[in-house]
Amino acid sequence: MTLLSRLRSAFSGSIFSGRLSPAQDRRRAEPSANPNAEAFLTFAGTGEVVQAESILQAEGLDARVMAPPATLRTGCDMVIVTSLMHAFRAVSILKAYQLTPLQMTPVGEDLLEPVSLFQHKDFGDWLMVRAANMKITVEKASGRIVNVSGGGCPDVPYLAAQLIGKNIYETDSDRKDGQTLCGYALHLAAQELRRVQKSAGG
Amino acid sequence: MTTPAAPWLFVGTIPAADFPLTLAPFTMKETQLFSGAHSCPVNRGTPALLATAFLTCTHLGSGANTSELYMLAAGDTGKGEGSRQVYQRLVEVLRELRPRGITFHYLLPDVDWHNRVLLEIEKLPERPLLVADAGYMYAAKMSGYAASYDLFTPDIGELAFLADETAPHPFYTRHFFLADEEQAEDLIVKAYVGSNAASHMLVKGKVDRYVHDGKIVETVDAPDVPVLECIGGTGDTLTGIVSGLLALGTDMQIACSTAFHINRCMGLLARPTPASSVVDLLAVFPLAVQKEMLRTKV
Repeated sequence: MTLLSRLRSAFSGSIFSGRLSPAQDRRRAEPSANPNAEAFLTFAGTGEVVQAESILQAEGLDARVMAPPATLRTGCDMVIVTSLMHAFRAVSILKAYQLTPLQMTPVGEDLLEPVSLFQHKDFGDWLMVRAANMKITVEKASGRIVNVSGGGCPDVPYLAAQLIGKNIYETDSDRKDGQTLCGYALHLAAQELRRVQKSAGG
Repeated sequence: MTTPAAPWLFVGTIPAADFPLTLAPFTMKETQLFSGAHSCPVNRGTPALLATAFLTCTHLGSGANTSELYMLAAGDTGKGEGSRQVYQRLVEVLRELRPRGITFHYLLPDVDWHNRVLLEIEKLPERPLLVADAGYMYAAKMSGYAASYDLFTPDIGELAFLADETAPHPFYTRHFFLADEEQAEDLIVKAYVGSNAASHMLVKGKVDRYVHDGKIVETVDAPDVPVLECIGGTGDTLTGIVSGLLALGTDMQIACSTAFHINRCMGLLARPTPASSVVDLLAVFPLAVQKEMLRTKV
């Protein structure tokens, strides 16, 4: 069963799923009483999730990647979580970028947080940064990416081929070509590497 | 399809959009992998796994053994099309192929496809040895059927993922982020208690650990080459060596122990920097095998 079909069956009758009655539509338009309430947006592919996060953050919305509820997971899944108050605005923004979420659903159970810490390892002329299961290494003096390691999803070897040999500041392959959670972790590691290199004057 | 009796099957993806679905034997020469009319570089991912298994059977078996190695792979850049082709084809051919062993590698984790594949495997008259690494190990754990596998090959971070019963992917692993070597024993226990481990595990790290049914049976910590952590594909070569040895009929513990030593030895002999590649390591594979043979004779 695909994520979409799981979502459809899991949330049939939910106020946010499928075609809505006028009454449901009115309810849907009412903001939640809880200002901290959150909603998650699901997409057809993880590549779209990464794009959506970048777009929403650039538009000033709080948007972050998390795991879908356990009952909906099919494999390499991630969803965007944002404030329920701003969820419809988020959908409108994404539609303007031709990026339409499959579903928007209020968060009803705890979602797993992705990793948020980085590990740095200094190898003299080279610096390695690790985020979750992904590692990226640059030559400090030139900013040239020399290696990518870790991970298990099929975009990792492809991303490595795109990134190795490029300057960390001159490539955005880690952001635009990643399709999976491993690819997203690699993007986070690359971002951290750019930050560290910059603060070190590299 | 004419295939040898009970081949060893490698199931994975090739990091190129245009590599066609391929079920065939393969060879390796210099830095390229060949299968039929198709070729690709062996510098990382499933091609590195295949190349290393080929070298293992060439240097540690008779040359004829390499004809019993089959690859089932398709190009996949992460979108999953190639992975789905591979899953589909695997379900179709398993009964005819009757492999004696399968090494699963870089595939987009998909629990539904994983379960269909496992169901077909369970129907085979003789159950093949099952090795899972990379994305397929994630799918196997997530499916709840990890214990159906004979060998997993996690690094410490992936071990933390196996130990976390709720984590669907190493990206979400709770509590154990940046798990270090000191936690390894605890994580191994957790992985087995939760039935999220294969019966044998080859845990890669500063100290390599061979684990059987939750017990650490053997550790290997030398030679220690820290820069190997930077080099993409060193886990693939390890899985390639152990799979090649298992394909030759080697006992599981000996296969794991030998793989640890040869992989570390390649790292020592190649004198790598963090900018080196798996191609640099594979160039010294024959020397590393010789060194391992000398070590085991002593």
